[in-house]
Amino acid sequence: MAAQHGLEAHSHGNVPIQTRSERPRSTSVSDFPELSNRQEIWRYVPLDKLSGLDKEVMGELTESEVTAELASGTSMRWVDSTDPLVGSAGLPEERVSAAAWTNASKTLVIEVEAESETTDASFLKIAPNTAEAKALHVVVSVGNHAKATIALDHLGQGVLGENVEIVLGDGAQLNFVTLQEWESGSTHVSTQFSKLGRDSSLKHVVVTMGGDLVRVVPAVSLSSAGAEVNMYGVYLAGSGNYFEHRPYVDHIAENCVSNVAYKGALQGAGAHTVWVGDVLIRESAVGTSTYELNRNLLLTDGARADSVPNLEIETGKIEGAGHASASGRFDDEQLFYLMSRGIDEDQAKKLVVRGFLSEVIQKIGIESIEQRLISAIEAELEKAGA
Amino acid sequence: MTTLEIKNLHVSVETDQGSKQILRGVDLTIKSGEIHAVMGPNGSGKSTLAYSVAGHPKYEVTDGQILLDGEDVLEMSVDERARAGLFLAMQYPVEIPGVSVSNFLRTAKTALSGEAPKLREWVGDLRDAMGNLRMDSDFTERNVNEGFSGGEKKRHEILQLELLKPKIAILDETDSGLDVDALKVVSEGVNRAHADNGLGVLLITHYTRILRYIKPDFVHVFVAGKVAEQGGAELAERLENEGYDRYTKAAV
Repeated sequence: MAAQHGLEAHSHGNVPIQTRSERPRSTSVSDFPELSNRQEIWRYVPLDKLSGLDKEVMGELTESEVTAELASGTSMRWVDSTDPLVGSAGLPEERVSAAAWTNASKTLVIEVEAESETTDASFLKIAPNTAEAKALHVVVSVGNHAKATIALDHLGQGVLGENVEIVLGDGAQLNFVTLQEWESGSTHVSTQFSKLGRDSSLKHVVVTMGGDLVRVVPAVSLSSAGAEVNMYGVYLAGSGNYFEHRPYVDHIAENCVSNVAYKGALQGAGAHTVWVGDVLIRESAVGTSTYELNRNLLLTDGARADSVPNLEIETGKIEGAGHASASGRFDDEQLFYLMSRGIDEDQAKKLVVRGFLSEVIQKIGIESIEQRLISAIEAELEKAGA
Repeated sequence: MTTLEIKNLHVSVETDQGSKQILRGVDLTIKSGEIHAVMGPNGSGKSTLAYSVAGHPKYEVTDGQILLDGEDVLEMSVDERARAGLFLAMQYPVEIPGVSVSNFLRTAKTALSGEAPKLREWVGDLRDAMGNLRMDSDFTERNVNEGFSGGEKKRHEILQLELLKPKIAILDETDSGLDVDALKVVSEGVNRAHADNGLGVLLITHYTRILRYIKPDFVHVFVAGKVAEQGGAELAERLENEGYDRYTKAAV
């Protein structure tokens, strides 16, 4: 068992017994055991809802199921998964990611030309045409000193095992958004690997609003000096939703900065969210500054939010490291304050929830997505029981 | 002309040790244009009175009545009370993260008047009211009460009082924690609302200091959950000199 630094003072529940960096990596499904809730990384997941994503063989998503609207400087192409680009940001650490990896014979490559700069966003709609288990592999590659915004929008009904690799060149800046707006009957496991070049900056945003089981595991490797990552997440879970987010930041190089903030609202019986935030500061990561936060707002009885921040620190020579996690019920005092000004209860609740999530929503930086999200929140709160 | 009548009000609050009675038969009548000061030592039930009128769920009315122009206030929800013309300036205003002052004020104004205020007029009213209270214009972009100093919180309460134009306002220790300059600014705001809108005021305070700036027509001394003595402004002067000892000794 490896040493767990910085965890002693907390009582967030069970902590993983392994150091994050020591997990085995492989693209072969058979290298990983069958899934079980006894394994830490699967402990919360309702495995019966995986719908075949852990099987050795599944179909793959095809070109016709992806539509793109690309900004200038950004291009898209499909390549064979033997292409050297594939695997450049990371390799699977568990069975579902490995299954998606080996079953995707083609890879969708989105490339941003070096030194190109645009404030327009590129949108990729990923809408499976059937609800069978399918694999997808995406590589986002941003050239040196380029600046771009790319959003992956998952919608419709589908069962998707996905690996996304994000590679940033030196000095590149990427605003990356992954949206999960699945209809019910959908399962989505997305494993995302990011590798950041020197002095590059990644804004990684996860927005999850629909799907029976959605699990997003974004890992960021800070292996070049001066890189910065800001990871934001917003989720809104209702009855029948299981959403799990496991951001992981691996501080390897000197003077890197990471900031993780996820906020979620839950409503309705059986709504369940899980957030596990791992930050590893290696011995080499001198001058690191990191902070991770997760907050959950439970709007009704019967919803459950698990929140586990893990911080492993292998060097004392850092700028700062901290984390915060809290899950709370609706604040009656806030409601009273608003209502005492004539605002009715429904509207007061909407204001509070929007306000609670807005700190993260405002960070997305894509107006159309922010608006869609706000509308979706209002629609969700209109539902009975709000 | 509006009249708020509080009759024989008994109020309890739930505690870990069970139900605890705080108000033991309060009678008070406040009419438009009148300024009433309710004074009393800590724990006498002054804030409980304020929150009970506003309808805070923590307080249970066990006996008595609250009527606004004959309408039963106790039957109204918190927001209905506000729409009927009642306002509570809170001692500890609540933070609402992520909700800007601007959004909050416009939402409240819309809820109270039943329609969104005309933008141009509203912006003008807001600017004037904030100018009067010596508030910076960027204040509206901040989140409600988040990171506000004590003085900013109280100014923000009085800003709402001036913009939302209630008929009867209860000010719960609005003076506490204010320096003299802020106290003057806040008092001017109350006096403006009183002069311009014929506001009826129930001013709850521990100290006589604010009564130098807001002149009460009536003073009620609150002890052990009921009114122990009433009088005019001269009663406040007497309290200033003698303190509450005379009442608290009598109550024990």
